Order: sequence, then C-alpha cells, then structure tokens
Amino acid sequence: MTPELALISALNGISYGLLLFMLASGLTLIFSMMGVLNFAHASFYMLGAYLGYQISKWVGFWPALVLAPIATGLFGAVVERFGLRRVHKWGHVPELLFTFGLSFIIVELVQVIWGRPPVPNELPPGLQGSLFTIYTTTFPISRGFIMLVAVLMMAALWLVLTRTRIGLVIQAALTHPEQVEALGHNVRRVFMLVFGGGSALAGLAGVIGGVVFVTEPSMAAVAGAIIFVVIVVGGMGSLAGAFIASLLIGIIQTFGLALDYSIQSIVGNVGIHVTPDTFGYAVWKLTIAQVAPVLPFLLLVLILIVRPRGLMGTREG
Amino acid sequence: MLRLSMKVALVACASLAATGFAVAQTKTVKIAFIDPQSGLMAPVGTNILRSYQLVADIANRENWAKGIKFEVVPFDNKLSPQESLNALKAAIDQDIKFMVQGNGSSVALALSDAVTKHNERNPGKEVLFMNYAAVDPDLTNSKCSFWHFRFDANSDMKMEALTSFMAEKKDIKKVYLLNQDYAFGHQVRRAAKEYLARKRPDIQIVGDELHPLAKITDFSQYVAKIKAAGTDTVITGNWGSDLALLIKAAKDAGLSANFYTYYAGTTGVPTAMGASGIDRVRFVGYWNLNNDKIGSTGEKIYKEFKEKYKDDWYTMATYSVIKSLSEAFNKSKSTEPIKVAFALEGLKFASVNGEVEMRNTDHQLQQVLHVASWQKVDGKQVRFDQENTGLGWRTEKVLDSFVAAQPTSCNMQRPARPD
Repeated sequence: MTPELALISALNGISYGLLLFMLASGLTLIFSMMGVLNFAHASFYMLGAYLGYQISKWVGFWPALVLAPIATGLFGAVVERFGLRRVHKWGHVPELLFTFGLSFIIVELVQVIWGRPPVPNELPPGLQGSLFTIYTTTFPISRGFIMLVAVLMMAALWLVLTRTRIGLVIQAALTHPEQVEALGHNVRRVFMLVFGGGSALAGLAGVIGGVVFVTEPSMAAVAGAIIFVVIVVGGMGSLAGAFIASLLIGIIQTFGLALDYSIQSIVGNVGIHVTPDTFGYAVWKLTIAQVAPVLPFLLLVLILIVRPRGLMGTREG
Repeated sequence: MLRLSMKVALVACASLAATGFAVAQTKTVKIAFIDPQSGLMAPVGTNILRSYQLVADIANRENWAKGIKFEVVPFDNKLSPQESLNALKAAIDQDIKFMVQGNGSSVALALSDAVTKHNERNPGKEVLFMNYAAVDPDLTNSKCSFWHFRFDANSDMKMEALTSFMAEKKDIKKVYLLNQDYAFGHQVRRAAKEYLARKRPDIQIVGDELHPLAKITDFSQYVAKIKAAGTDTVITGNWGSDLALLIKAAKDAGLSANFYTYYAGTTGVPTAMGASGIDRVRFVGYWNLNNDKIGSTGEKIYKEFKEKYKDDWYTMATYSVIKSLSEAFNKSKSTEPIKVAFALEGLKFASVNGEVEMRNTDHQLQQVLHVASWQKVDGKQVRFDQENTGLGWRTEKVLDSFVAAQPTSCNMQRPARPD
C-alpha cells in the first residue's frame, strides 16, 4: 500500500466515521436515557436529508443546515410526547415495535411527498472543489466539512452534557430518574428533550450526508443497519464508545476496500498453494476488498460473542 | 346434448366476434414495462419509461402498426429479479402479451427463463420478452430463448468495438477494470481481459474490481485504489448512479485517468462529469444523435422528448422495439405472440441508427456501434448537449455491424410454426 493510498484511506475512513458518529450519538443517547432502541432513528436521518433539500430550495443551504435539524428535532419531540410516552407504560417491547412501525411510516411518507427516485440535492457552491492535495490526490471540501461539523457537534454535545445545568439533569436522569424527579425536575420533559435532541442530531447528519452523498428513500435502510453495529460495538448508551466504534467502522470499511489480500495469497506466502481445484476455492480466493461491506457485521457478531457489553459499555445486554 | 350444442354455439359466436373485432376495430396492444422506478436506479427507469411512452405515442399517431395502438403499462421491479417475476405474473394476469425490460442482466436472465417456462406450459397464451438493454451475452448464447429478442448490442459486441478502438490508442498502458458485481459486470471484465490480451497484449491490467450493484453512494475509496495502481485508463460497464457517483468521486479526488464506458450517456452521468470529463470519458453504444443528419428521425424524437419532459431521449432502442413490433404485426397480420415472434426472426427494418437486422439464429439485433467522446457543443460535430451541460458526444468511430458481430452458441428451440 502506497503512503498516498494509506493517507487518503485514513481521511476517507475518518470522515465517514465522523458522519456515523453524528448519527449514532443521538441513538445511543436516547437508548441510555430511555432504554428505547429507536428503530426509526435512521428514518430521522433520511428525514433530515429531505427537509434539508426542501428548505435549501426555499432559503438556501446554510439556513437549511440550521432549520432542517430543528424541524427534525421538533418532529422527534412530538413523536416522543404523543407516541412513545403513551406506549412507554406497556414496556420496552411495544416501544420497540412502535419505533419499528414508525420507521416504515416515515419512509412511505417521504416517498409520497418527494417521490421514489433520488432528489437532485446539490452541494452549495462554497462546498464544491478541493480543500487540499495529498501527493496528487485532492481532498474535497465537502468531506472536510463533514469532519468539521462532526467535531463541532461533538464539542457542543460534551459542553451541554457536562457544563450546563440541563446537561447535569440529563446525566442524573440517565441513572437515577426517580431521584431526579423527587428533586423537582420534570424528567418527562427531559426525556422529550433528549429524544428531540437525538433526532435533531440525526437530522443534522442527514442534511450533510444528503448533499455529500445521495438523498433517496433507501438511505434510511442503509444507514440503519450500520448505526446499530456502531452502538452495539461501542457499548449501548456510551457516547465515548459510539465515537470509537464509529471511527473504527469507518476505517475498517475504507481500509478493507483498499486491501486486495485473500486467504489464498496469505497462505501462499508460507508455502501452501491453493489452486482452483482446492476444496472451497471460492472462499480461499475472496479478497478483503470483496468482503469489506460485511466486515462491520462480522465485527458486530464477534463483539457480541467476546464482549457482549461492547467496547465501552457499562452494563450487560 | 342440448347443453353441449349450446356450448359449441356459444364458443363459435365468441370466436367469430373476436376475429370480427380484430379486423374491424382499432385494437390496443399493451406493453408491460418492467424496470426500476424506485431506488438509486429510478431516474434511469423513469427516463426510459417516458421514452417508451413517447415512441408509442408517435407510433399511434403515425399508425405504424395498421389499426393497432400501443399502450405502455409500467411495473416497478425495484431492480430485483424476484420482484420482476411478480411483475411478470401481474402483467400476464392482466392479459399483457408483450413485455420490455432492460436494466440489469440478472433481471433479464430471470425473466427470460420465466417467460420461456410460462410459454411452454401455456400454449396459446404466450408472452414475448423484448429486451432493450440487458447485455449479458448468455441471453443470446447458452441461455437463448425463442421468446427473447435483444435490441441492444450485447456486452461482447460492445467490448469488441471498444477494444478495437483502444488498440489504436498507443498511450494506453495501464488499465483498471471496475464493474458491478453481477452477471453483466462479470461479462465485461472477462471480455475486457480476453480482447485486450488479443489486441494489445502490452497493456497491463493493474486492477480488476467488482462492487455491489446500485448500493454504493461513496466511491472515493475505489477511486483512491484506481489512483494508487497508476491507472491511465478505466474500463467500466457501470451504469446509472453507479457510474455517475464513480465519476463524481473521480472528479473530487482529481483522478486524471481516461474512462472507457458503456453507459456514460445514461441519466445522471453527464451532470456528474461536467467539464471535468471533456475528452476523457468515452462510451460505446448503438447510437449518437450528434452523428445523425440534420432533421433526422432521431433528432425529431429527441426534440419532442425534450419539449415534453425537459430530459434527454437517449434510449434509442425504445424506437427499435416499437418499430420492429409494428412491422412484425403488419407482416404476420396478427398480434399473437407466437406469430409475431416468427415474423421478428430475421426481420430487417429501418431504425434511427440505420438498417438493422434481428438475427435469426440467436435473436440478437445486428446494428452499427459508435465510440464517442465527451466534448463541448460546437454546433457542427457536437450539436446537442446532454442534461443542459453545454457538453455532448462526438462520434470518434463508427463500426459497421459486422465488425462487432460475434458468433453464437445458441441452439434455438423453436415451437411448431402456426399456420
């Protein structure tokens, strides 16, 4: 692997990982607070992308970058207030089913409003072009922008959670909701706030992911699978874990694609020669690049076997 | 006894009425369009659906098939072979006898197989499969079917033309193959390696990669690999979003390699290329509007399409399909699929790209092939742009149909010819 390819792969991996973190942070916050595995989270990501596209058409990209996540957050808060809160008393399984159903409703709704094909969601002029050049490869501004927004978001999240009153209440409510309530805080409102906030973060990721990649109805399904891997690997409810897992998965996927080694080529180095006649040749010759899309899920399975609470998780299951 | 004779009388009446209607009245022939209208490939499918609808309108207006009107009925197959089989079943249930599909050879292989089986089991209720773009060679070779007709040049023919063109380009040294991981993509990489080894053994294949079909939204990592391999030329069979996003990523990373493609003229790709593709992106295909004479049939349809849908008419095979069906209806004086199929065999007709022939032995249309490059509109060689980019295709070479013609291994199983 040339240094150029290694550097570019690392940058691609980190920017993709940071986008994943924007998505996963909201999910893991909601989970740690409410114990709800929000199946509709990736749908909020998609909703953010579409709202971003629509609002951009009206008032431009930069206002949309602020307004679309807010709109997504408000929608999330409404879902919590009038949906989840009512289902809550029946326990976790109905909550899970509720968000599961909701994810389908949002996808259908988006298809009814914006149609099934991708929408022409273009980067604003300020984000087109290249940021810098490594050897001969240019690195696009859009990817740098993903990284910048993710880092800013992370810093803001950390400040809110550790340095503000509401953040302290949220942290307390994570572990001791009854006591926080006894102290006179409105824990239900805190729940609504967290759910809305988590949705807004997904919406923010959506606005950016939508313009940098493609805005289309299946983006929720694609993102949905991978963010569950992130929060399980990172440890349910752990923000730091989600951060590490996001970067890990981003880097595994990009470097995986760059590696053309197969078991055949590796065992070939130690003198075992695999030929097309060897039993199971199809498996021997598979390169890492070919199996790269499956690697995160392989990691998920391995983590569940070896360390079920995830990298940074504090509780089992 | 009475009941039996009544039945006989009724059947006789009904059949009389049926033939009577066929002669006396305008008949509508429905064509099922089974292609993606959702997902990443939806823009391509939508464009082609409209292309069919416009060509059908023109055929109805100009009365191509005497007394027969065409109607296109869309079915969304989501690019999935399984969904396509359901769509086919739905079409058959609606008594539709003619079916067109083109996006995805994996889908075409499944449909061809299903149509063949259906026709074997339901004599008198046959269905014809008019394949306008699925180019896996197997469909007209080992897996050929009497009920399947292909109107696009197959992938081997295109590769033959493309490599003949490339053989003369001495600056090509390092070629990277990037293709979609399904039937068609596998055929492209195989043919590319085979034909380049034959025509330009000095060319080095520096990469040979497959990626999932219509799932990747970020190609930057593939581009980084292409770059790291020292590639000067990329050969890819990618189409639709898989090509548009690949080229977008190549542009973002400043990749300077040339692209030899099959489908750079499909929806989304021209916009993604923009000026960065000038003189660097080429495609091989059966038609280039800019090579037509002024005021040609193709130009008229292109303009009408642009007027109506604000989009480009590039799937010329939609014309070939409806035109050949019309001629086969007229020739056989019937719309019965089995008779139409026999009439189509060996049919020579004038399409937009000249005189073409539906080869009898394997049902593979024989037509010219163009290699064209992406250039600025200059009013002479490049008169029309694509997707309002101010850029369009300049034909660099036209290959007669015999140049790219391939032998076939098809052993066609024909039913008994009806009288």
